[in-house]
Amino acid sequence: MAIFNFQKASLSPAPFARGYREENPLIRRILIALSLIFTLLILVMPLLVVISQAFGTGWDNFWKAVTNIFTLKALYLSLITTFSAVTANTVFGLAAAWALSRYNFKGQGFLITMIDLPFAISPIIAGLIFILTYGRLGWMNSFLQEHQIKIVFATPGLIMATIFVTIPFVARELIPVLVARGSDEEQAAVLMGAGFLTIFWRVTLPHIKWALIYSVILCAARAMGEFGAVSVVSGHLRGKTNTLPLHIEILYNEHHYNDAFAVSAILVITSVVILTARSVVEHISKREERSNVR
Amino acid sequence: MFVELRDVSKAFGDFEAVKKVNFGLTKGTLAALLGPSGSGKTTILRMIAGLETPDSGDILLDNQSIKSLAPSRRGIGFVFQNYALFRYMTVFENIAFGLKTQKVPKANIKERVGELLELIGLADLGRRYPAQLSGGQKQRVAFARALAPRPRILLLDEPFAAIDAKVRRELRSWLRNMISHLKITSIFVTHDQSEAIEVADRVIITNHGQVEQTGAPIELYRSPATPFVAHFIGESTVVNNYGSLKGFETAPEGASCAIRPEFVKIYAPGETVQFENTVQEALVDSLAFRGDVLEVTIILNGFALTTTYSLERPALSVGDRVKVLIYRIYAFDQDRAVLVGNRLLTNGGSGYNFQI
Repeated sequence: MAIFNFQKASLSPAPFARGYREENPLIRRILIALSLIFTLLILVMPLLVVISQAFGTGWDNFWKAVTNIFTLKALYLSLITTFSAVTANTVFGLAAAWALSRYNFKGQGFLITMIDLPFAISPIIAGLIFILTYGRLGWMNSFLQEHQIKIVFATPGLIMATIFVTIPFVARELIPVLVARGSDEEQAAVLMGAGFLTIFWRVTLPHIKWALIYSVILCAARAMGEFGAVSVVSGHLRGKTNTLPLHIEILYNEHHYNDAFAVSAILVITSVVILTARSVVEHISKREERSNVR
Repeated sequence: MFVELRDVSKAFGDFEAVKKVNFGLTKGTLAALLGPSGSGKTTILRMIAGLETPDSGDILLDNQSIKSLAPSRRGIGFVFQNYALFRYMTVFENIAFGLKTQKVPKANIKERVGELLELIGLADLGRRYPAQLSGGQKQRVAFARALAPRPRILLLDEPFAAIDAKVRRELRSWLRNMISHLKITSIFVTHDQSEAIEVADRVIITNHGQVEQTGAPIELYRSPATPFVAHFIGESTVVNNYGSLKGFETAPEGASCAIRPEFVKIYAPGETVQFENTVQEALVDSLAFRGDVLEVTIILNGFALTTTYSLERPALSVGDRVKVLIYRIYAFDQDRAVLVGNRLLTNGGSGYNFQI
């Protein structure tokens, strides 16, 4: 009976209800109530407050705050940073996942541990690392000065800090997928004389496509909202090195509460869109997996 | 020799998977690499394919060394154990893949794939995806995919392992017929002796990374060269100190041997025994129904011996005291196996000279 329930549950679209029957209905109610209240208090209400505050002084003020030149510049910078970081992490993630799942090499364990590092380390440390490495007191400073490369307090620094913080997303998602699948199909393709690119496009990519899209979406969401590490390397030059989250902080610190909330609304809406996209991707990939390809 | 391995060795870390292996196959042979798991048979196959590199020795195909040739340039068709069909390509695209990488013109690809689909009897399934096929169909597609670029040699890694028992028999004879029809030199890996014996022209028996014996199935069965082969081929029972068996009293102290089911005759209680002095008493320990025969385990001088018993003979039951005659044995003499006949019988061991 238990097995039957389990299988039925795993086929249903929502894999939450596993047919587990709590002996005590009171415990059941308490647990459900606790989860719901917690979610409402910590997640939903604050978000609603942000949205309502954003429009609190009317649509015009909201629009003015959002279309403010510094806001637009911050938004532009955020998009550039996000795009660059996601691109870099996708390339890195694919390479690392491929290498870790296909080859045996020295330093495998080291690589896996390092990929996880950003999850464990405080973002402010991530920021400081870049200041110490590439900043005026950093050991690379003279080289950078000579070649007139600006990293810290400029866009490259923002991008690098964002990459650092979001490195695990793609690699972590792809490694288990590639490892679980094995490399038989690739070996078959190699024996038939296919080149690396053909194998990647025709054999590997179709399999990891959804995991890749999913991880890129999550990576983008995280990159867009990154605050800590970016805050350290930014230098807070308005209109130059302020990303959207940093811009919001400045507005807030300068007591422009409504403006701060209005700009926050952009990020909130972006997140909602991204989460929706994520759910859609998840849904499609599940359906595809169930239908023919297994 | 069309395929030849010369002193090929391969180690994985401390584990010597293949130790100085030598064998040769003539063109058009269907050979089986047979051995228990870990005996090095798959490694040998993968080295021929180029998926593993030998540490030493040489591999020749058509009298040319292929050791330093890239896998794709060796002219090899490979059927993987789990087929490794491209999941996201149709059956047609799967078979066409090898031709496409060789830049064969589209029209020719279509013709060749059509021809192969016809050959494997799946002409209507070209647009299906592998997940929509049965195990047997996948196996056929994998076979066609390996053959598409007209390889010089076909390698199959445990080709029937992933298929259920009923389909496996069908597929065995299908593959056997297909390969002899195409006359392509083929080597397949298996751990199943009946598979090797039924399908292959030649069997290469591996054990602990070495070749124990190579020969036609009937040769291996009739004259196993080593104790391992004597034990591994046929449902043999190994008996230690066979000097206690009637008719084999001259055996050296502590010598062991292998006894095949067909070497043993059981006389049911009350049955007339032809030569009373050749038999000894045993106890029926267990009986198992094997469909066409009974499998009988008897206790003889304190050791268990498993043999078969025709359903047409007088009934046996567990606990019966029976009389047993042993025609012959494979006596182990260090690393050799020697056929020894019961000295009390006039024709002795020479009676085991069956021919087909």
